[in-house]
Amino acid sequence: MSATATTATESPYGAFGALRWAVARDLKLALRSRAELGVQLLFYVIVVTLFPLASSPEKTLLATMGPGVLWVAALLASLLSLPRLFASDFADGTLEQIALSPYPMPALVFGKILAHWLTTGLPIVVLAPLLGLQYGLDVPALTVVTLSLLIGTPILSLLGAIGASLTLGVRGGGSLLALLILPLYVPVLIFGAGAADAVRAGLSASANLSLLGAGLLLAFVGAPFATAAGIRIALD
Amino acid sequence: MLFAGLGFSVAAGKALVITGPNGTGKTTLLRILAGLTLPAGGTIRWRGEAVVPYAAGLREETLYAGHFAALKDELTAEENLRSLVSLSGAEPSDADLRAALAAAALAEKRLLPARVLSQGQRRRIGLARLALLARPLWLLDEPATALDTTGLGLLAELIARQLDSGGAVIAATHQPLDLPTDAVDRLVMG
Repeated sequence: MSATATTATESPYGAFGALRWAVARDLKLALRSRAELGVQLLFYVIVVTLFPLASSPEKTLLATMGPGVLWVAALLASLLSLPRLFASDFADGTLEQIALSPYPMPALVFGKILAHWLTTGLPIVVLAPLLGLQYGLDVPALTVVTLSLLIGTPILSLLGAIGASLTLGVRGGGSLLALLILPLYVPVLIFGAGAADAVRAGLSASANLSLLGAGLLLAFVGAPFATAAGIRIALD
Repeated sequence: MLFAGLGFSVAAGKALVITGPNGTGKTTLLRILAGLTLPAGGTIRWRGEAVVPYAAGLREETLYAGHFAALKDELTAEENLRSLVSLSGAEPSDADLRAALAAAALAEKRLLPARVLSQGQRRRIGLARLALLARPLWLLDEPATALDTTGLGLLAELIARQLDSGGAVIAATHQPLDLPTDAVDRLVMG
């Protein structure tokens, strides 16, 4: 071992440098393949639009199911994008270099998850108020559903990354990923969609949003480490 | 069991060239040394101390170049090189990057996306990466694949420079590398 080996805080290979590398690179790659991102966003818009066509266009019914539909569509859009989170890096050998980089691997992985959320989760949050108008949601309900998506979609990316790392290199990994991760999404869905329901019932949404926030903190602390471990298993 | 009873050491300034038929475990051995694959048994020592996979000290001091070039088709040759080198912890200047690409005969290709580069040109980006990352230990898996004669010459030159500066190299290869014989140990597997 090198005599100059230092503790994590003094190391020149800090978590911030790792984060910057991963976010900058993945955003640049996403920008070069914009069409794929557009397809995901379009998928989200279409799914949200299909529900009123399939059920009755009655105004109160639409307003009741609006937040739930926005949330379920967000889950599906997230599932659609997750297999790609690590797949190409796995196939071309970049993940090996990420695992062997002197930078802390959980920070590199977190950077990739952050870039994934910025390119797939954030557009969904931004579009939500617009799509919510289709369901005749009023301003308080629109605000809360957007806020719940803003807190909730990062949890989807963080939890989904664990599933994506565990299904790396597995044949039919996409469907396995859905089976593995959808049950974990259930609490996020319940509290996320529940926040708007509470507002429509004249109650405060703060309990639901606080629980979502707690979930986000938990996922933020745990998911990068679990994902890094999953990638190391996949590389072995 | 792929192989057992294997023992060797590599001194500073020395290269260990691993040869042997396909399927005898050359790649597996290199992956174990890098820390990517867990050995069923045995010990790996680095600077005299036993190391576990992904030990921070080992990651800071080794450079692993595997079968896959780790290139992104969407990025240009120069962007790929910068990205790979900075992932390994170095921050090369633009001039350094261009000089390394020019030495690898990629000066005119540096702004082309990697997807239009030939297999040999993609490997040359890997050579430019070696030139920019002076690490005490290089682990090279089939570094000569797809390289032409000038590419092989450049590879030999890079390895010789690494050995001269007191670094060590472990390379698995089928092709003979043109290295000074007194600096090379050989390990034949299978």
